[in-house]
Amino acid sequence: MFRQASRLLGRASWLRPRPFCTEVPAATPSADPAFVEAWKKVAPNIDPPRTPSTYMDPRPPIPSSLPSKMTVNFVLPYSSELSGKEVDMVMIPATTGQMGVLPGHVATIAELKPGVLSVHDGSDVKKYFISSGFAFIHANSVADIIAVEAVPIDQIDASLVQKGLAEFTQKLSSATTDLEKAEAQIGIDVHSALNSAITG
Amino acid sequence: MAMAALRREGRRFAISPNPIAAVRSSIFPAEEQAPLGVRSISTQIVRNRMKSVKSIQKITKAMKMVAASKLRAIQSKAENSRGLWQPFTALLGDSPSVKVKKDVIVTISSDKGLCGGINSTSVKISKALNKLTAGPDKETKYVILGEKAKAQLIRDSKKDIELNITELQKNPLNYAQVSVIADDILKNVEYDALRVVFNKFQSVVSFLPTVSTVLSPEVVEKESEAGGKLGDLDSYEVEGGETKSEILQNLTEFQFSCVLFNGVMENACSEQGARMSAMDSSSRNAGEMLDRLTLTYNRTRQASITTELIEIISGASALEG
Repeated sequence: MFRQASRLLGRASWLRPRPFCTEVPAATPSADPAFVEAWKKVAPNIDPPRTPSTYMDPRPPIPSSLPSKMTVNFVLPYSSELSGKEVDMVMIPATTGQMGVLPGHVATIAELKPGVLSVHDGSDVKKYFISSGFAFIHANSVADIIAVEAVPIDQIDASLVQKGLAEFTQKLSSATTDLEKAEAQIGIDVHSALNSAITG
Repeated sequence: MAMAALRREGRRFAISPNPIAAVRSSIFPAEEQAPLGVRSISTQIVRNRMKSVKSIQKITKAMKMVAASKLRAIQSKAENSRGLWQPFTALLGDSPSVKVKKDVIVTISSDKGLCGGINSTSVKISKALNKLTAGPDKETKYVILGEKAKAQLIRDSKKDIELNITELQKNPLNYAQVSVIADDILKNVEYDALRVVFNKFQSVVSFLPTVSTVLSPEVVEKESEAGGKLGDLDSYEVEGGETKSEILQNLTEFQFSCVLFNGVMENACSEQGARMSAMDSSSRNAGEMLDRLTLTYNRTRQASITTELIEIISGASALEG
């Protein structure tokens, strides 16, 4: 029964495409040698624990000439929406406003506010509404976008957005403490961004 | 004389099944050893034992099935969360050998037991990390998630435990809950580096102890000035927020909540997988024990039948002549 269970699990995992590499390389040289040394001195009988760098594929080096496409990794806590996708441009909702990112963009760390993220691949445009997060643009034309929640725009219900906006506006006017005011303000910000996302 | 012969027969039958007697003395307490010449011990004791072993086998089989179904549910979520920490490691690198003044070791363990050795492994690694980061005017504290690590660490490091969080899995794990916990830890614990210790789920039978390091914003700045893995950090432009340190503050807090979320999911998967294999080997053991007991039971039963027959027959032959 146990064998069957592991076979079923194994089969199911092959059917689902794996975005990030979940295979674990055995003791790769990218393990931190100083750490392993220090560990062996303190606890020689225990194997040193793995570190995250051993589970990751190394990133591509910085190309000398301008690449034609950039790679986008868009991750959420519950899924990796896009992983290693080659696209032409991404528009991200940074706190300073909408920012367009093309291949060869300067390395940037951007904090994101609730808004629309659009991924342009040729004539194909995919739009997501994301809650806040971070975006890292590396010098090798790889963009990492991490958000807490993301929904494709067409799945947003306009009537619920209006209702939420009205509710939070009312909460702001009846708020007494600073905390309540801040929470209501956040609600209003998110809902007005949602509103402009559906209409704009 | 017939009685003497009978007694001799009885004694012979009490002595000759020596292996049974040896087995009997190992399984049963000494006071059930039958006095010589009396019918051998009742089969009731063996039968009771068999009943309890059979019910244990059923329970462990059921626990294995439950663990297998929970594992199926949580495994896909854990694998989906694996992309979450990779951007941070790509940006900030991975520096487990960083030397800081205040280390905080966040040990992730389970609340329930019967899950093999994963909690002991996590505790062993945490203690070794403690030794590794110890030094003059350095302090290392623990933050413990889960009951099992608390029980082990409270014995010798009671004063080092800052925070203890239990009952994580009462509701299904989600990011909101973990980010609240992360917020709690970040607010109440002073740290220069957070080391998250958990068991990464590689497969149903293999779990790799892992330690993920999250540095505080001040340490990130210091390390980036010193060069090395974080040296490229200065080359990054900063959008939003006036200074780099403001962004770094949000960044490291976000990193911690993402790393903690992934660690908690992986550990939950490892817990279910370890419980599955522990319960499987336990039901297999119970099955073997049941086989051995059945043999003993049959031997005992047959021996008592044989003894009865012999009594009857020798009694009858004594009567005849």
